[in-house]
Amino acid sequence: MDLELMINSFPKLLNAAVITLKLLSVSLIIGLLIGLFFAILRLNKNIFINRFAYGYSYVFRGTPLLVQIFIIYFGLGQIEYLRSTVLWVILKEPYWCAIIAFALNTGAYTSEILRSAFQTINPGIIEAGKSLGISNKVIFYKIQIPIAIRQSLPAYGNEIILMMKGTSLASTVTIMDLTGVAKYIISTTFKPIEVFIVAGGIYLFMTFIIHNVIKFLEKKYSFN
Amino acid sequence: MELLAFGDTGWGDELFRATLMTIAVSITAMIIGFLFALIFTPLKLSKNKFLNFIANSYTTIIRGVPELLVIYLFFFGGTGAVMFVASIFGYNEYIEINAFITGAFAIGIISGAYSTEVFRGAIQSINKGQFEAANVLGLNKFGKFFKIILPQTLRLAIPNLSNVWQITLKDTSLISVTGLVEIMRQSYIAAGSTRDPLFFYSFAAVLYLLLTFVSMKLINKLEVKYSRGY
Repeated sequence: MDLELMINSFPKLLNAAVITLKLLSVSLIIGLLIGLFFAILRLNKNIFINRFAYGYSYVFRGTPLLVQIFIIYFGLGQIEYLRSTVLWVILKEPYWCAIIAFALNTGAYTSEILRSAFQTINPGIIEAGKSLGISNKVIFYKIQIPIAIRQSLPAYGNEIILMMKGTSLASTVTIMDLTGVAKYIISTTFKPIEVFIVAGGIYLFMTFIIHNVIKFLEKKYSFN
Repeated sequence: MELLAFGDTGWGDELFRATLMTIAVSITAMIIGFLFALIFTPLKLSKNKFLNFIANSYTTIIRGVPELLVIYLFFFGGTGAVMFVASIFGYNEYIEINAFITGAFAIGIISGAYSTEVFRGAIQSINKGQFEAANVLGLNKFGKFFKIILPQTLRLAIPNLSNVWQITLKDTSLISVTGLVEIMRQSYIAAGSTRDPLFFYSFAAVLYLLLTFVSMKLINKLEVKYSRGY
């Protein structure tokens, strides 16, 4: 055990953890909007819209995140037309490519979580809203969405933790996040166990915090 | 399409072999995971606090740390660990461990943590009356486990195990960082030498989709088989 290495690498890894958290929070926010959008499409009665939303979530849940990042980072740069558009400013940055891939990926899972939450809402609640003369829009925003959020919290908490682990793949496209820095230190010092303990400890700590925040929210939003 | 031709002109046969490699690693990892689950599920269900603590640490650490980090640990640390064990037995030459074994072991430990949770949940949700009934019938420990508990556990566990299988299958793409030539690595090589990453990575995505699709169909059949009588 090389304690000195562990102490020395701790600040470096902690700095890298900030990048991990940035990647995570930005992709979660975008992913939540994407997920909500596709969940609403899934509830649509039009079969084409429905199928399209299902296809999106099927493809993104059925392929590894690594493939998705590589297609966006290496693949899209190959299209000549794309290089001449404004989009290229974003797509040439590995940071944004990673965020796009993460957001699309978590969006697919989130859409499934929200869809099942919407579908398990007791129809009586919506009928009650209608009989009180509340408009459909208000029913959706004031009744369906709050209930769906509460229903989906446990599953969404898991998704946040899975996504946090997913951000480690950003290191494969040259981003120095927590895993990227950990790999760099391992490959220069050849002390994998020490670095694993420190980096893994930081990840576990973040998991612990997320887990408890979700637990707190679950309690706060529960009916009783 | 000529990029996918078999033989020397295209990448068809290479990608086909890589797909077989992905399947082989996934199955090996899944089996290693079952072995881990076989050890850790009883520890989780045990009344001994210390054994509980060991099993909980295993599942918590593995499920809370990114897969890629675990793979790096095995990739960089595996050789050292094996050589250390070998040196205890007096063997001091350099030992190189094969990328397949390192990869399958790393993914296996990860999938084992998920399988452990699945089996724990399944066993806990079996009605207590079933255990009592088995006792009343005078079955011995083996009979009780294999004839009564296991078949019911499998019925409850299969839907969740199919999720574990999907996770495992997708996780094998991460082994490409260690140089094992599976779908992802082969696509990387092909993309590098043809300068056509968009095509090859998209094709890799199609291969993964195909694998998940086919395995879901097979697992559904298994599910039907194990829920006979329900």
